[in-house]
Amino acid sequence: MPTTSTPGVGWDLSDVTRSDAALRRFLHGLPGVDQVGAEARAAALGTRSIKTTAKEQALDLAIRMVDLTTLEGQDTPGKVRALASKATRPDPTDPTCPATAAVCVYPDLVGVAKDTLGDSGVNIAAVATAFPSGRAARDIKLADTRDAVEAGADEIDMVIDRGAFLSGRYLEVFEEIVAVKEACGDAHLKVIFETGELQTYDNVRRASWLAMMAGGHFIKTSTGKVQPAATLPVTMIMLEAVRDFRLATGQMVGVKPAGGIRTAKDAIKYLVMVNEVAGPDWLDPDWFRFGASTLLNDLLMQRTKMRTGRYSGPDYVTLD
Amino acid sequence: MSIFEYAPAPESRAAVDIKESYGLFVNGEFTSGAGAAFKTVNPATEEVLAEVAEADASDVDRAVKAARKAYDKVWGPMPGRERAKYLYRIARIIQERSRELAVLETLDNGKPIKEARDVDVPTVAAHFFYYAGWADKLKHSGYGTTPLGVAGQVIPWNFPLLMLAWKVAPALACGNTVVLKPAETTPLTALLFAEICQQADLPPGVVNILTGAGETGRAIVEHPGVDKVAFTGSTDVGKAIARAVAGTDKKVTLELGGKAANIVFDDAPMDQAVEGIVNGIFFNQGHVCCAGSRLLVQESVADEVLERLKRRMATLRLGDPLDKNTDVGAINSAAQLARIRELSEAGEAEGAERWSAPCELPTSGYWFAPTLFTGVSQAHRIAREEIFGPVLSVLTFRTPSEAVEKANNTPYGLSAGIWTEKGSRILDVAGKLRAGVVWANTFNKFDPTSPFGGYKESGYGREGGRHGLAAYLKGGQA
Repeated sequence: MPTTSTPGVGWDLSDVTRSDAALRRFLHGLPGVDQVGAEARAAALGTRSIKTTAKEQALDLAIRMVDLTTLEGQDTPGKVRALASKATRPDPTDPTCPATAAVCVYPDLVGVAKDTLGDSGVNIAAVATAFPSGRAARDIKLADTRDAVEAGADEIDMVIDRGAFLSGRYLEVFEEIVAVKEACGDAHLKVIFETGELQTYDNVRRASWLAMMAGGHFIKTSTGKVQPAATLPVTMIMLEAVRDFRLATGQMVGVKPAGGIRTAKDAIKYLVMVNEVAGPDWLDPDWFRFGASTLLNDLLMQRTKMRTGRYSGPDYVTLD
Repeated sequence: MSIFEYAPAPESRAAVDIKESYGLFVNGEFTSGAGAAFKTVNPATEEVLAEVAEADASDVDRAVKAARKAYDKVWGPMPGRERAKYLYRIARIIQERSRELAVLETLDNGKPIKEARDVDVPTVAAHFFYYAGWADKLKHSGYGTTPLGVAGQVIPWNFPLLMLAWKVAPALACGNTVVLKPAETTPLTALLFAEICQQADLPPGVVNILTGAGETGRAIVEHPGVDKVAFTGSTDVGKAIARAVAGTDKKVTLELGGKAANIVFDDAPMDQAVEGIVNGIFFNQGHVCCAGSRLLVQESVADEVLERLKRRMATLRLGDPLDKNTDVGAINSAAQLARIRELSEAGEAEGAERWSAPCELPTSGYWFAPTLFTGVSQAHRIAREEIFGPVLSVLTFRTPSEAVEKANNTPYGLSAGIWTEKGSRILDVAGKLRAGVVWANTFNKFDPTSPFGGYKESGYGREGGRHGLAAYLKGGQA
């Protein structure tokens, strides 16, 4: 078995991506992940006790990191307008409550979101590339991306071709990410792995490096359409990858767990993990996001409780 | 780090009532001791927690007689299924009072509350549950069903309640009665355990707990009424015990020191290996006889492993052991701190390079920052002697055979760790290591079903699992 190691400073990316064989050698040469150990570490970080001032900070930070998401067949302009106005003012009774980072919608609703958000500072993220399965020809995926960008999307959440990845056609996946990134123009690119389909942590680590080398600004766990979606250990593997990638290249890449994060308590566990695994530099909406819908309301309820000492209950936050 | 500074999250000290003074637990009652009472302190603050009686030879004699009577009249003749009921009851009370036990263990020992809460106390309960299950099934043990009689047990300060459980649970399950001495720096959870025995209506004399220091321990070991001696602690004391019982009919098990090799191959799961190294040596401030105190890392990945290890060590949170976010607590005593310092200074003097995690040490109490030494050779004292503190010696190797050779080149043989993604290498290396416990891609995992014990100067006998019964049954003494 070849020596496995993580690339160090001064490492040359173009060598790695010059052929399918070279790329495969590189990805399979990354150190393995021991599942039991990784899950134990993630669980241990989950036992941190975040109270009082630290909790207040964490709740506000988490709200600022939310990509408030609706990705349903039943989405309508009215639903998206409601969501967008909630993103700008999550707690109408409290002007000190920060806005979310973005709203995340299907490409056809980007225009509606833009009308409502205007210059509020809240970004518009659109899922593209035949989300969520990614099963379409490449030119259709690229057209999907361009449509979303032209309609005003600031961020594109693409899905990788899991079929190609799982059959070992890594260069194909790599080239597709590169092509989508080009189609994004100035929009930021988030690369969704659908970790529930990749299944192993080794695959998650390989996908992370693949997407980072292809130029993704963010790596994202899941579409929310496949279970399991985001988990603490999967996110930890991705945080380790962005940390190591910065050491090797000097470039920072963001991480976005999405799907299944519903409570403030869970969100705080993720922030602890960001803090202790990737480091405090990632504790910023530019580098860490939550893809979520119901999470926001729990964050707001907990925030109100911290502020007033009373727990208001679900009828005091808006259901959109 | 100002973006997200964890606010203090202390566990409540009010979870446990500490009495001003404690007596000896003999024949089901707390009685005064004939020796001079001594104080036990919180090593994190040096605050006196309580005054504790000292047992002298006459107290030991009383306790052994009570244990003998209980053995002859009650516990020995009792059917195993009835003994099991008491052990299950004790296990359940331990679970019910777990918070109290965890806080008390942290106060008296200095270990972080998260370890007392998540490791020590749950494992204690698990041990009692496990051996309760054996009590009525001894005929399937392979060692017969005949107990030895009165067991004299002397335990250390690193896992006070857990070591009590390792000793008391199998002894009682097999039908023995016990006289147990906790360490003089950490007597309080054993005394709370005595209260639990009362609460469980355990017949008087089955469990006797005598507090005191070395002399008390010697009196227990040398008492002619003791049939079995079980000791966990230093190799020096273990040797003295072996000499004291030589020529008598007493059965002995000794669980002594260690200088475990934690071997990291170049194909290891790197991030988990780093966690395993940290857990191996900094868990419980390194006060662990099976601690992975010698890191053997393959030269081709040594730089990468060290870089990652230092980065990880810098995130360890040292401080108030009652804070739920503390990773590294206080050193148990001034004497132990002095020994750790002495050996660390010897390491520097012998030419090894010292690196300590950047953390602020509290001004009162006994503290030592997580430390590693690089450039260590097999000849250095820090590679040979047990430091029993948060100090890691890093050595390198080139080939698997060199790793095995260096790992085995120690008078100890308690535990070892292997880190590689290659299954065949795990099996091959594990077979060649002379250590009682070998962990693969993990470290410091304890389970009541798994036997634990050492080779060479790490002692003899096994504790835990079916093998642990051998130490307390006549048929296990062949």
